[in-house]
Amino acid sequence: MAERFEHLRAALGQVQGYIYPNEIELHWGLLVVLYPYITGLVAGAFILASLAKVFRVKEVEPTYRLALLTALAFLLVAPLPLLAHLGHPERSFEIFLTPHFKSAMAMFGFVYAWYLMVVLLLEIWFEYRADLVRWSEREHGVRRILHWLLSLGSRSLAPEAVAFDKKAVHVITLVGIPSAFLLHGYVGFIFGSVKANPWWSSVLMPIVFLFSAIVSGIAMVLLLYYLTTLLRRRELDMKCLDKLASFLLYALIVDLSLETLDFIHRLYESEESIEILATLIFSRLFMSLTIVQILIGTIGPLLLLAAGRFSSLPAELKRVSYFIAALLVQVGIFSTRWNVVIGGQLFSKSLRGLTAYKLELGGIEGLFTAIALLVLPFVILFVLLKVLPPWPEARERPELATPGSAAGEGVKAGEDAAEDAPLGA
Amino acid sequence: MAEERTRREVLGQLAQFPCAAMLLACCGPLASLAQASERRYNAKDHYYGMGIQVDKCIGCGRCVEACKAENDVPREPFYFRTWVERYQIRAGGEVKVDSPDGGIHSFPPTEEDKDVLRSFFVPKLCNHCDNPPCVQVCPVGATFKSQDGVVLVDQDYCIGCRYCIQACPYGARFLDPRTATADKCTFCYHRITKGLLPACVEACPTGARVFGELKTLASPLRRMMRMSKLAVLKPSLNTEPKVFYSDLDGEVR
Repeated sequence: MAERFEHLRAALGQVQGYIYPNEIELHWGLLVVLYPYITGLVAGAFILASLAKVFRVKEVEPTYRLALLTALAFLLVAPLPLLAHLGHPERSFEIFLTPHFKSAMAMFGFVYAWYLMVVLLLEIWFEYRADLVRWSEREHGVRRILHWLLSLGSRSLAPEAVAFDKKAVHVITLVGIPSAFLLHGYVGFIFGSVKANPWWSSVLMPIVFLFSAIVSGIAMVLLLYYLTTLLRRRELDMKCLDKLASFLLYALIVDLSLETLDFIHRLYESEESIEILATLIFSRLFMSLTIVQILIGTIGPLLLLAAGRFSSLPAELKRVSYFIAALLVQVGIFSTRWNVVIGGQLFSKSLRGLTAYKLELGGIEGLFTAIALLVLPFVILFVLLKVLPPWPEARERPELATPGSAAGEGVKAGEDAAEDAPLGA
Repeated sequence: MAEERTRREVLGQLAQFPCAAMLLACCGPLASLAQASERRYNAKDHYYGMGIQVDKCIGCGRCVEACKAENDVPREPFYFRTWVERYQIRAGGEVKVDSPDGGIHSFPPTEEDKDVLRSFFVPKLCNHCDNPPCVQVCPVGATFKSQDGVVLVDQDYCIGCRYCIQACPYGARFLDPRTATADKCTFCYHRITKGLLPACVEACPTGARVFGELKTLASPLRRMMRMSKLAVLKPSLNTEPKVFYSDLDGEVR
C-alpha cells in the first residue's frame, strides 16, 4: 500500500494544469493495453483464415491452419490480462452468473465463450479430425493416445465423413467471420461507448478497432509463417507471401483512412475537448502517436509493402521488406492500443489538465507480467504446433492415409510428401 | 347511558395511574423500539438530491474533512468522496483551477490577486445521476441506483474492473486501495436513512450545501431550488444529475 501511495505521490508531480483529485490514479494500465492488442490478433488471424476458406483465396491456403492455431493461442491468453487487472479476480465469475445486460463489459464472457467454443475449437476440430484419425493410426506412444483422444471417437474416414468435415468448416467459418467482427468490434465498443471520455467516445471506434485487428492479425500470421518456414528449412511460398502482403497493404490503407477520418472529424467538429486533446497529442502522446504509431507503425510498413508489391525487387529483398513491414505493424498496432487505452486517461475529464502514466516494473500489473502474458501465446502456439502440426507435409501423406480420404485434397500432396515426418514427431 | 360508578371504583382507577406510569417507564425502550419498527425506513418514500449554493461556499474544506472522517475515506490525497475546487478567473480571461489536497486544508492565498477578476469555490461530489453512466457499465450490477435515488456500490460484489470509474464524467469515483473495490459518495446513506443529514451538509458552516427530498414540495432543497437559478454539471451528457448548483459559473466543468 505504501508503495502505491509513493507511486501516486510521484504522479502528482507530473500533473499539468488541473485534474480532478481522484484522477491521479490511472486505472487502466499496461494490462488493459494488452487485452485489445491480443483480441485484435485473434480476430485478425481468424479473418485471414476465413479468406482461405470462404473467399477461396488459394494463395493464402498454406497459412490457413497456422492462422487458426495462432488465433486459438492468443484467444486462450486474451482473458488473462483482464483477470490479472481486476481488483477481485476471484469474483470474476459473477460476470457469467449475474451479468448486467446493459453493460458492454458483461457481454465479454459470452462473446468470448461463443468465439472459443462455437467458432475456433469447433472449426479446428473439424479441420483436423481426419488427420487426427490418420495420425493416431500410424503413430505410437503419447502422440497416438493424444491424437486418438482428440478425435473424440469420431473415427470414420469415409468420403462422406470427410466431406461433412469440409462442409462443417465452411459453415463455421461463415458464422466465424461475423463472430470475429463481433469479438473485436465489441472491444472497440467498450471504449467507444464511454461518453464521459471524448478521446474514446466515437462511433468509429469499433470499426477502427476491427481494421487495426485485421492489420495486426495478418501481419502476425505473416511473421509466424515466415519464421516457422525458415526454422523448418523449407522454401517460402512467394505467392502466398505476396498475397499476404497485398491484404496487409489494403487493410493498412483502410485502417489509416479510418483513423484519418476520425482525426479530421474531430478537428472539424472542434468540440469543447479539442484543445486538451490537441495538447495531449503534441505533448504526452507525441512519441507514441506521431512517431511510433503513425510514422514507424503505419507509414513505414505502407512504403515497404508498396515497394515489395509494386516494384521489381528480387524475391529475397521482397521477403525481407514484408517481414520488416509486418514487424513494424506489430509495433504500430501495439502503440495504437496504448494510445487509445493510456491516452484516454492522460487528460482530465475537467478538460483542464494532463496527468502521466508511470509504468511499474514488478507487481501484478507491471511490465514483467505484461511481457510474460505476451510470451505465453507463443508458448501455447508452440505446443499447438507440436500437437496439431499445420504443415502440408504433416497433412498429406497419401501412402499412410486410408484410401479415399486423401482424394479431396491431394493436389499438392506430392510436393511435400517425400519430406520427413511432421515437426516434433 | 353512562353507568354510575361508585367512589370505590373511581379511587381504584386513580390508583392504577402511578402503576401504569411505572410500567410504561420500564417498558420505555421496548416501546420506542416497537415504534421504530413501525416507522421503519422505506426507500420508496424518499427521493434525495442536493443543492449547492456556490456563492455561500467559503472554501474552508470542513465538508471534505467531515466526509473523510465520517466515511473512513483513505486520508491520502488521491481518494475523495467530496472535494472543493477553487476557480480564479483572470482579467485576460484565463481560468485557473486548483484543489490542493481536495481543499481539505482550505486554500492558500491567491498569488496574483490583483489581476483576478473573480474567484469562487465549487464543492464537488457524486451527482447521483438519474441516468447514471457508472451504473450502466458495471458488468455485474455491483453499482446500482437505489429506490431513493442514491447511487451505491456493493463492496461485496464489486469485481474491481474500474469501468465505472472510467464512465463517470465527474471524477467522483475512486478505487479504495484497502478493499480493491470502487467507492464514492453515498450521500452518507447510513445517516440519511436514520433521518440525519450527510456529514458534509452538517459540517458546512455557511449552509452552502442543502440536502433533502426532491419530490416533497416543502423540503428545504425544493425551497432552495425554487429560489435559485440552477445548473447541473455537464448537462450535455444527459446524465441528469441530482446535485443542483445555484449561481454556477459557466467555466465550471
